[in-house]
Amino acid sequence: MRVSEAFKRFDDHQVLKGVSFALAAGEAMALMGPSGCGKTTVLRLVLRLVDIEDGEVHLFGRNVAEADEEELIELRRRIGVVFQGGALFDSMSVGDNVAFPLYYCLGVKDRKAVSERVEEILTAVGLEGAERLLPAELSGGMRKRVAIARALVYRPQLLLLDEPSTGLDPITARLIDELVLKLKETFNVGVLMVTHDIVSALGVSDKISLMDEGRIVWAGTPLEWHESQDPNVLRFASGLRAVRRGERIEP
Amino acid sequence: MSNSDEKLSFISAIGRGIIAFLEVLGCYVVFAYRALSGLWRHTWSLRDLVEQLEKVGVGSVIMVSITSAFTGMVMAVQTLDQFLRFGAGDYIGGVIALSLIREMSPVLTGLVVAGRVGASMAAEIGTMRVTEQLDALKAFGLNDEVFVGAPRIVSSMIMLPVLTIYSFVVGIGGGYLYVVAHGVHQSTFRRSIEVLVDPYDVYGGLLKALVFGLIIATVACSEGFRAGNGAKGVGEATTRAVVWGDMLILTFNYFLSTFLFGGGG
Repeated sequence: MRVSEAFKRFDDHQVLKGVSFALAAGEAMALMGPSGCGKTTVLRLVLRLVDIEDGEVHLFGRNVAEADEEELIELRRRIGVVFQGGALFDSMSVGDNVAFPLYYCLGVKDRKAVSERVEEILTAVGLEGAERLLPAELSGGMRKRVAIARALVYRPQLLLLDEPSTGLDPITARLIDELVLKLKETFNVGVLMVTHDIVSALGVSDKISLMDEGRIVWAGTPLEWHESQDPNVLRFASGLRAVRRGERIEP
Repeated sequence: MSNSDEKLSFISAIGRGIIAFLEVLGCYVVFAYRALSGLWRHTWSLRDLVEQLEKVGVGSVIMVSITSAFTGMVMAVQTLDQFLRFGAGDYIGGVIALSLIREMSPVLTGLVVAGRVGASMAAEIGTMRVTEQLDALKAFGLNDEVFVGAPRIVSSMIMLPVLTIYSFVVGIGGGYLYVVAHGVHQSTFRRSIEVLVDPYDVYGGLLKALVFGLIIATVACSEGFRAGNGAKGVGEATTRAVVWGDMLILTFNYFLSTFLFGGGG
């Protein structure tokens, strides 16, 4: 995946002001930044859920903006997406949610094969036996895990995660991180994770990009993040530390 | 403000209203075209279609039954005395049947379904939109308008004519009970229906029901897709679905009546 000088405006608000980054196959990257800095918009541009204003997004060697309807469908089917709230289909059971892409994206007809695959992937995310539950009966962490299972069930080459640990307690958030890491290694998928959770970003990703006000203001590895004296990194990290100590955050 | 300025602002307000109306109508037409033209090109769920058929059809039976039975009876109440007074009691069954099949059954069924099913469709799709379920469909490489819209539109277009026939039968039954209880012979009632009601009237009524089915589902789905964020946005979309659905049913009913039955037809 390659995003080059991406710009996006919503009405009068310029959300992205030239975002660029690249992600190699099997690599994990965290896109961090404060709320409202444009992280989720980047994910939506990659999927072409919103149209790019200027710049380019290349997926698997193809320019997403130039893809026709058929090409776009084909590109999207190579990507697994975990939306912020899970976006599980309320009217379907957990099993049906996870089986959904197999039936409707891959066109699998063999019910037994689908059932076995669903069981396998639910076991992989630690939700064995949850097939018959409805999304409304699940906790926040379970919903996220079902969403991850649904995104991975058809073995995509790239996994997009939108705030996977938001709204979860720290223990469940770390479980989700471990799960993503394990699945990344098991299935060798590339991961682009949008988050403002530093622990998640450092734990899961091979590289980190920090966004602020529609731009990437810092990029490096988790090790470089630890050692960085960049004011943007320090401000973002110390802001979180200050919150933990109950101190005021400097603007 | 001068008199001519007031006139101009009044005219421009009317103009803005007409443009807004045409804009909304345009949105509905484009949505219906996209959803229906994609039926053969894109994936959609047969299971969803069956569920929608059940929701629109079976789910509306009780309301349609009550509405139609009492409408048939009220029509009998309003017309029987007048017809007997003018010695036209032999035609009462046919007149009630004609009114029902040409106008009352399709329109009442349309309004009942728009209120019950249209609101539910708009709320469901609006909620799917704000909880990113529609985005999830797109992310799976599906056309969300076809996947969600097509089964709802098709099911409404199938079930509205079926419900209209059912409403006609129940309405006639209601009228029949009242009329026969007030001294008109049952064979007279039946014969007048045979004499006055033409197959063309039935086809006309069913065509109206088909169009109303298209209107109800298209308006409801389109409003659901356009729903604003949060509970407020979904609530507003639901209200718009019912209001626009009802208005368009009544408006199109006039044009269809003129086209199908006007000019002494």
